[in-house]
Amino acid sequence: MNTTIMLFLVQDGITNGAIYALLGLALVLVFAVTRVILIPQGEFVTYGALTYASLAAGQMPGTAKLALALGIGAFVFDLFVARKALHGRLVVRSLVTNIVLPAIVLALTIYFAAQKPPVAVCIALSLVIVAMIGLYLYRIAFQPLAHTSVLVLLIASVGVHLALQGLGLLFFGAEGQRGPAVLSGSFTAGALRFTGQSITVYGITIAFIIGLWLFFGLTLYGKALRATAVNRLGARLAGIRTTLSGQIAFLLASVIGALSGIMIVPITTLYYDSGFLIGLKGFVAAIIGGLVSYPLTAVAALVVGIVEAFSSFYASNYKEVIVFMLLIPVLLLRSLAAPAVEEEKD
Amino acid sequence: MQSRLPILVFALLMAAIPHLPGMPPFWIVLLDNIGLAALVAMGLVLLTGVGGLTSFGQAAFVGFGAYTTAVLSTAYGLSPWLTLPLSLLVSGSLAVLLGLVTVRLSGHYLPLGTLAWGLGLFYLFSKLEFLGRNDGISAIPPLSIGSFKMLSPGSIYYAIWVAVILSALLTMNLLDSRTGRAIRALRRGHVAAEAFGVHTPRAKLLVFIHAAVLAGLSGWLYAHLQRAVNPTPFGAQAGIEYLFIAVVGGAGYVWGGVLGAAIVVVLKEVLQSYLPLILPGSGQVETIVFGIMLVALLQLAPGGVWPWLMSFLPERTSGKKPDTSLKLEQRTRAAGQSGVLLQVEKARKQFGGVIAVNNVSFDVQAREIVALIGPNGAGKSTTFNLITGVLSATSGSISVLGKKVDRAPPQEIVKLGISRTFQHVKLVPDMTVLENVAIGAHLRGHSGPISSMLRLDRADEARLLAEAARQIERVGLAEQMHQLAGSLSLGQQRIVEIARALCVDPMLLLLDEPAAGLRHMEKQRLAALLRELRDGGMSVLLVEHDMGFVMNLADRIVVLDFGTKIAEGTPATIKTNPEVIKAYLGVAA
Repeated sequence: MNTTIMLFLVQDGITNGAIYALLGLALVLVFAVTRVILIPQGEFVTYGALTYASLAAGQMPGTAKLALALGIGAFVFDLFVARKALHGRLVVRSLVTNIVLPAIVLALTIYFAAQKPPVAVCIALSLVIVAMIGLYLYRIAFQPLAHTSVLVLLIASVGVHLALQGLGLLFFGAEGQRGPAVLSGSFTAGALRFTGQSITVYGITIAFIIGLWLFFGLTLYGKALRATAVNRLGARLAGIRTTLSGQIAFLLASVIGALSGIMIVPITTLYYDSGFLIGLKGFVAAIIGGLVSYPLTAVAALVVGIVEAFSSFYASNYKEVIVFMLLIPVLLLRSLAAPAVEEEKD
Repeated sequence: MQSRLPILVFALLMAAIPHLPGMPPFWIVLLDNIGLAALVAMGLVLLTGVGGLTSFGQAAFVGFGAYTTAVLSTAYGLSPWLTLPLSLLVSGSLAVLLGLVTVRLSGHYLPLGTLAWGLGLFYLFSKLEFLGRNDGISAIPPLSIGSFKMLSPGSIYYAIWVAVILSALLTMNLLDSRTGRAIRALRRGHVAAEAFGVHTPRAKLLVFIHAAVLAGLSGWLYAHLQRAVNPTPFGAQAGIEYLFIAVVGGAGYVWGGVLGAAIVVVLKEVLQSYLPLILPGSGQVETIVFGIMLVALLQLAPGGVWPWLMSFLPERTSGKKPDTSLKLEQRTRAAGQSGVLLQVEKARKQFGGVIAVNNVSFDVQAREIVALIGPNGAGKSTTFNLITGVLSATSGSISVLGKKVDRAPPQEIVKLGISRTFQHVKLVPDMTVLENVAIGAHLRGHSGPISSMLRLDRADEARLLAEAARQIERVGLAEQMHQLAGSLSLGQQRIVEIARALCVDPMLLLLDEPAAGLRHMEKQRLAALLRELRDGGMSVLLVEHDMGFVMNLADRIVVLDFGTKIAEGTPATIKTNPEVIKAYLGVAA
């Protein structure tokens, strides 16, 4: 093996690893706040990517309609829960966030899709559409289950994943798509060639990690989210609306997912079902990070990316085996280092 | 113990189904598939619903079972009946390997860990040359008895359902036994179970193996039903699907697994065959509808369908009272036992910079009631945890009957005859009082899992339950014996804990705030019981805040404040000790 190949593999690994890091962060965030193990994270990735690619190709993405449909569902759920104490302000607020907003976005999408919009518009629309889907999904599927066990939430999460993946096939077809680069151009440094796209990936990942760090460290909402993560009941007693924390977590997770998708779709062809595997690699990173530590998750994600790059070069047949089996020694070390602590369940 | 009659009726019904006139053969295929899924789900019920260990990897064990028989019966021409034990052995021994790594993981690492190796193994199945890569292995011989070959779905139907019903019986027998109680206690954390000698990692590994062997059995049957295997049905999706079969059915119930399998298999079939008629043209509509229905089902019945159905049946609470004339072997006590039973010498426990217990020394003599008192945060419960092996001391030593036990785990301490109750009640709320108390007698029984499954443990079991019933009567809760522990008042639950501790046949009883939550009369009864135990030769070390209770009961009192012993003596001297008064009231009186 020569240095060039090695550097190339490391570079490739870091680019992928950065994406896994973002997804891992989102998974940790959602799990900590809502106890949901977010299997549909992968769908946020594909929805973001394919919505972006469809828009860029001048096609109307079905996700915009899904957002409106889910919004209507969320509105119905809101009304049903509040049926004993309905008042005007609540109805109007729910109507605006759940129906008016996605309706406007749908109208914009229809308008822009017809005229091959510029990259920036495609990105903005894709992000907003997927963010709304994430938000309404929490309202419809998870908020009614918020009091149940992690296992029930997990199974619900699988149900959502199945439904979204099926819808993905319906919207985008079985063929893969690629999108235009977010930032074109490239430069070379020594033997390595950096494309604008890979620079974007690094930049956005770092920006997000810093952004999340600032959000959780400095803002009131960030602190409320952390409080919810530590103790739901305690947070509620302190006046934090835990449903709001859940909504924020899902909103962030769907934006992060969509953004990751938009960043990789210019590099690799994505299919409607590619998200699952990508999300799972984010999981591997999140688990190595212990589902609690953000910096450790980010580092672990880079390791996962690099291991993946090297194993696809040396033993491409066993690439996935190696990546997923990577966990076993990590888990072993973790369990030896920290013997299981007592936990009260249910 | 549950009645076997409904199971017999169910078995007869299942046996009759293929003989019903006009039975469409396709339904038999469905029933075959339900049976196969039910076997895996049953293992998950034990693993996840009862034991609290969520596994996404069960599909991989189905794969081990299927591939083992596929390889051995095609490449080596072994008879399928010979490959059955080998399939089970392969699944079981790989479960030991994977289990040793995974069951030690706590909380949410466990499901994710199983998801990871489930995925890894799936890719391994599809890449290995001798497993036929993605194409798998075909032309697997059918099961046969003599010249009768089980070629059709209708003929293997019996093999599948005999396996399901037998497995259900064995699994239910296992749950209703000494080992079963240990398994059922797992979900509520391990401290309480370990305090009574349950080896929790071993119990976890056991359920893991049990579930894997059931999955392997399902795989073996699957290979001979399809007579071909490929990696697809053993992937992560399948692993997830098995888990939600168990959850939909009701994750804590053996028959919930069977019901869940029926619901999910039939639902998928109906969706696949009828949805295209309603919504033509799109291939994946059934997946979408299936996903949505799953979420809806969980929102309507988060506990699963089986318990929901069972709630319509009249409740049967009247359990049979065990025959209390059966005796358990008593601990042999050293002749004329007197002198020091427990010696704590300069015990110290530091958590980081906090010194919870600071060089505390005291002893407990035989036939003595010693009270450990002090304001909140004085280190009383930590001292208890040091004595019982839950925590190990930073320095200093603890000895029982002159033998040092500093580093011994809780399971060893209880063997020495030291049993305890907890400040925060640690009972299994969905087990009856009798079953909870019987956990205390865990070390006095000997039956293992295999004999429990085969019901060879009944004599042993009857003696354990008799002992539990005797201790329940002794503490005055005979009326509540068959109620669920979670339905009792907090004070009564504390008394249940005392009965459980008495089941150990202890020399020294450690009680952490036993009188909290008790009414006046109940406190007097408790005090009388403790005196009676002392006069019978037992020693008691108790932590308690009720001064009236302590002063009237204790022979000697040890006072802690901020982790340090500030006084020791008879109740009369402690009452007038200026240090103690200062610690409690803040000023010297």
